[in-house]
Amino acid sequence: MKASAQPSQNKLTKKVVKQRYLYLMLVPGLIWAILFSYGPMLGLYMAFVDYQPSLGKFWSSFLGSKFVGFDWFSYFFAGNDFYLVMRNTLVSSILTILIGFIVPILIALSLNEVRNMAFKRVIQTVSYMPYFISWVIAANIFVTLLSADGVINELLKLLGLTKESVLFLQEGKYFWGIVASANTWKEMGYSSIIYLAAIASINPELYEAAKVDGATRARQMIHITLPMLKPTIVILLILAVGNILNTGFDQYYLLGNSLNREYSDVIDTYSFRYGIQNGMFSYASAVGLFKSVVAFILVLGVNSAARRMNNNSLF
Amino acid sequence: MNKQERLLTYSGNALLYGFLGVLFVVTFFPFWQIFILSVNDGTDSLRGGFLLWPRDISLDSYSAVFSNPEILDSVKVTLLRTMLGVPLSIFCIALLAYALSKKELVFGRAINLFFIFTMYFSGGLIPTYMIIKSLGLIDNFLVFIFPGIINIFWMILVRTFMEQLPRELEESAEIDGANDVRIFIKVILPICLPVLATVGLFSAIYHWNAWYDSYIYTYKPDLKTLQAVLVKILNQYQTGDMLNEAQANASKRIPVTSESIRMTVTMVATIPIILVYPFLQRFFLKGMLLGSVKN
Repeated sequence: MKASAQPSQNKLTKKVVKQRYLYLMLVPGLIWAILFSYGPMLGLYMAFVDYQPSLGKFWSSFLGSKFVGFDWFSYFFAGNDFYLVMRNTLVSSILTILIGFIVPILIALSLNEVRNMAFKRVIQTVSYMPYFISWVIAANIFVTLLSADGVINELLKLLGLTKESVLFLQEGKYFWGIVASANTWKEMGYSSIIYLAAIASINPELYEAAKVDGATRARQMIHITLPMLKPTIVILLILAVGNILNTGFDQYYLLGNSLNREYSDVIDTYSFRYGIQNGMFSYASAVGLFKSVVAFILVLGVNSAARRMNNNSLF
Repeated sequence: MNKQERLLTYSGNALLYGFLGVLFVVTFFPFWQIFILSVNDGTDSLRGGFLLWPRDISLDSYSAVFSNPEILDSVKVTLLRTMLGVPLSIFCIALLAYALSKKELVFGRAINLFFIFTMYFSGGLIPTYMIIKSLGLIDNFLVFIFPGIINIFWMILVRTFMEQLPRELEESAEIDGANDVRIFIKVILPICLPVLATVGLFSAIYHWNAWYDSYIYTYKPDLKTLQAVLVKILNQYQTGDMLNEAQANASKRIPVTSESIRMTVTMVATIPIILVYPFLQRFFLKGMLLGSVKN
């Protein structure tokens, strides 16, 4: 055993030496990952101490802070805020999935039926656009459209649906619907690409056979295209559910305000407000860690579910 | 085709084109509305009403925006971070992707996992802020470059491309005695140009759209990016400063209001994205398709 282990170890060293330039190429990436990904993970120690930002130098006061175990977590779970931010996170996520998941499928199915290529291109070009702009621009657009004298209110008045302007962003009850619509608006065109790709890979012979049997276009859509899309739909739905806690920060922070906070505050914005704005770093870290861990478990679970369905890991 | 079938086809088509027409309006009109409000006389816009076309064309808010030093500086900072950040990002991602694309790399699988893990678990907002702070990156231009220099999604895109290259390309260079660095520069980089261009566009859009790093990690006014300034303007609007100001302006009848300024800055931030859009469609959508089909 020993005799054979020795040369193989030598071989390994030799191989590593031969690959020294490859390892050198890894260095910038490794430094980046250690500093900006693994560094913050170690910094999560913050969640288990009582850090007071006023005490002198950062590192000495951070490492010298009193260890409090899971106190911040129990403080978070015991308070009413936990219920509120979890409700807002889950409800707006589920609403986003309900609206935002169906629309891209409809777009892909419709675009697939369009025979006029120029028209198809125009629709595609325009509908992908919102994906590429920042949430800052999107929020500015939504705030304008939804303002008291904005287009949406003008339209509602024109149709006689309301006499007084609806204060969409000032009244919290509208927020979940607004954020779900905004998410859908931004992502729908782009998300349809994946379905279009899946449709493009369907064997054309299936359609030929259906045509011979006299199936109309509508029947072909229902009996061929949709069943062939089913695996893609299921996988993407599972993935969406896995990301239910990863609501994103930008849209909630930018569309949220003090008047709709009861409905717009999600885990990320809550942690941000307590940490960066109020200086309660330890508490905010604990809230963030709670989210990271649950989201990680969800994504892993979902990945293994998808793997079982598709025999194909997403990693 | 009998009469019933023809009717069915007609109604099907009506439904189809109706839906796509609504889709067009829903995505296009919001941008159009911003454009109209940016070129319409500010005080005139306060009268409200359904504006499908500018009532009173005025480019005053554009000249106001382009003579505002705060906004001009922010455009400069944004351009600078884009011009520095994009090439650095492409280079570092290509290096990493090449090393990780090598099947024979010792501990390659473990190192791959080390990077992939960062996509699924993060320390979160607060510890990241702490690290940035302790690295001395607060109020430092480099905070725009280093934390975002590598993106694992894009790295995987490049790595997948490299893995599909024929082995023979490198083998012939190896026979000529070239080492990994030479092969990377002379052989791999030129072939990978399409996928690297895709990553470059991704990265340029990331830099142009970034607001959080400037908003949170910088205090100096000369380090604010355009999007961060736009967030400030949005916040002012949301807290109601704008309302009072708008009412004050309405009585004075000046062509520029804070509302028309907000619309104009939004337009200025959108236009570059529209300009790179044709390239985006050519490279990036194709690249995305490649990635998604593989998944």
